Amino acid sequence: MSAADMDRAGVDKADANPPLAPGVRLGQVSFVWRPWLVLVSLVLAGAAFLVFCLSIAVGDFPIGLSRVIATLLGQGEQVDEFVVMDLRMPRALAGLIVGIALGVSGAITQSVARNPLASPDILGITSGASAVAVFLVTVSGGAAAAVAGTVGLSAAALLGGLGTGLLVYFMAWRRGVDGFRLILIGISVTAVMQALTTWLLVSADIRDVARAQAWLVGSLDGRSWGEVHIAFWGSLALLLVVATAAFQFKPMHLGDDVAAGLGVRYTRVRAVLLLCAVLLAAVAVSAAGPVPFVALVAPQVAMRLARCPTPPMVASGLLGALLLIGSDLIARTALPITLPVGVVTAAIGGPFLVYLLVRANLRQGV
Amino acid sequence: MVAQFITETRTEVEDVARLAARGVTVGYGGRAVIDDLDVSIPPGVVTTIIGPNGCGKSTLLRTLTRLLKPAKGTVVLDGEDIDRLRTRDVAKKLGLLPQAPVAPEGLTVGDLVARGRHPHQSWLRQWSSDDAGVVERALAMTGVADLADRPVDSLSGGQRQRVWISMTLAQGTDLLLLDEPTTYLDLAHAIDVLDLVDDLHESGCTVVMVLHDLNLATRYSDNLIVMRAGSILAQGHPRDVITAELLYEAFGLQAKVIDDPVGDRPLIVPIGRTHVRLEPVTDPLAK
Repeated sequence: MSAADMDRAGVDKADANPPLAPGVRLGQVSFVWRPWLVLVSLVLAGAAFLVFCLSIAVGDFPIGLSRVIATLLGQGEQVDEFVVMDLRMPRALAGLIVGIALGVSGAITQSVARNPLASPDILGITSGASAVAVFLVTVSGGAAAAVAGTVGLSAAALLGGLGTGLLVYFMAWRRGVDGFRLILIGISVTAVMQALTTWLLVSADIRDVARAQAWLVGSLDGRSWGEVHIAFWGSLALLLVVATAAFQFKPMHLGDDVAAGLGVRYTRVRAVLLLCAVLLAAVAVSAAGPVPFVALVAPQVAMRLARCPTPPMVASGLLGALLLIGSDLIARTALPITLPVGVVTAAIGGPFLVYLLVRANLRQGV
Repeated sequence: MVAQFITETRTEVEDVARLAARGVTVGYGGRAVIDDLDVSIPPGVVTTIIGPNGCGKSTLLRTLTRLLKPAKGTVVLDGEDIDRLRTRDVAKKLGLLPQAPVAPEGLTVGDLVARGRHPHQSWLRQWSSDDAGVVERALAMTGVADLADRPVDSLSGGQRQRVWISMTLAQGTDLLLLDEPTTYLDLAHAIDVLDLVDDLHESGCTVVMVLHDLNLATRYSDNLIVMRAGSILAQGHPRDVITAELLYEAFGLQAKVIDDPVGDRPLIVPIGRTHVRLEPVTDPLAK
């Protein structure tokens, strides 16, 4: 390495004026150094890991945090091993994966539509998955039972979410996809799907309704390793695609024409990213039911914590995980009755978003 | 590649068009807005496309920048069919500022202008010292370096437009296409932006823009393209092109063309109906 290369290595200090974000260079790789964003992401990752361990530690048979971590590292006692790995790990891991998937999915849809309202909840994915799941639970006998028996409720919900997401996307298509039209059509389709779900619930047998209701609130109860495996590999593959395409996001935030001017094939990039977002949300819904608010709130909160003008991908995913596992922990422990996680995410997520909006308004007013 | 227009002298041959449309037909759906049109953009000068609403000005600009694909004909950039070039490679040669772009709330000026470097970056190489240098020069050239830390949405309309032009400059091109850069600006800010365009022209840029204000177009461009109903009515230096007859033919506007008391270009004085001192004006074409 020559002296000049040494000079360039590490943090390039930008001139005092203008103050640009400095660059970091490691061999062939270079990127913008945003210390605050990195710090926020690290803190979120640490917090998510802590809550993850806590979620495993707490239960009818409490295990100390240090013993949980020891077991995770493969150095635990046999009895801990069983409780941690076989009984509690699937639930905690499902929470982690679903949270990350929802957070990233929301960050993508909000970025693509350039609108904070555009989340998988609003774009019809969750409601479509719910309608299909409720249909399979309530309409007994015949084809429905056969479908439920062969592909399983989760997979059917996944297909329902994917199908509805694609339907909304193609209905919103008119010489490209406009964010506002995407939201309007998403809201309409959501309303139709919810009406369908309600109709199915009203006309169904009361025992089936109870089962369907439990699924509809969103819950991590009784997750098995099998379901976790599917969700894990599915999300991982999708996140890798998102990571490769995310580089194109920076110009996409400036609108279609500007992005095209900067050499981005925005129709293709957007289709790939939206498909990933729809699939991530569908995977999450099939694993935990339609957990509300995480995909809407996590990117918005992450954006404000990280002081970014647009939803940061990694931080949104980590915040989604933190929110989901944290809510599940609260739902199981803090309250006298055990609640499904979806009730708590709505109760925490909604007010927090309102608080952030109010704070931002107050600041602007000064 | 760094911004050549800032660092190097231009190497282009003067009489070769940088950008040209050859027999292009463009439309939305089945309706042709532009039908079999030929035009070439001379290098090193400011070319402005004028014409009445709906005549296809913006459609032509969007076609020249590959935002619209012509149904027939080709657009040629530096001798090559623009449709055959990779869109990233086009972005390294041709900068585009669309009509009324909107930045995400809270995005800083420095960050916006830095995004102009996108065509030169890759997944692995997302930011380099080259990029930093070009962005700093682009900020300085447009006079917005002091604002680099400010959110774009906190700026005035004129400053904002300077910032967007700065972003297209950061692409490192010397060919800029601006779609109505003065829309929504008051006259003082419009002059400010057009003075910047003139600075860019002085430094060797080729500029193509669409303007609504005829007098500003006349004052600030060396080459006017006058359009009507999807075809070109006249093209050339404002002194040669702007006549009362042409204005009537293109716009249906009755106007008097006089010597500009402050500039060396013609000045258009629309006649209209009320508060007119002269004797009733006759149809200029009836003479």
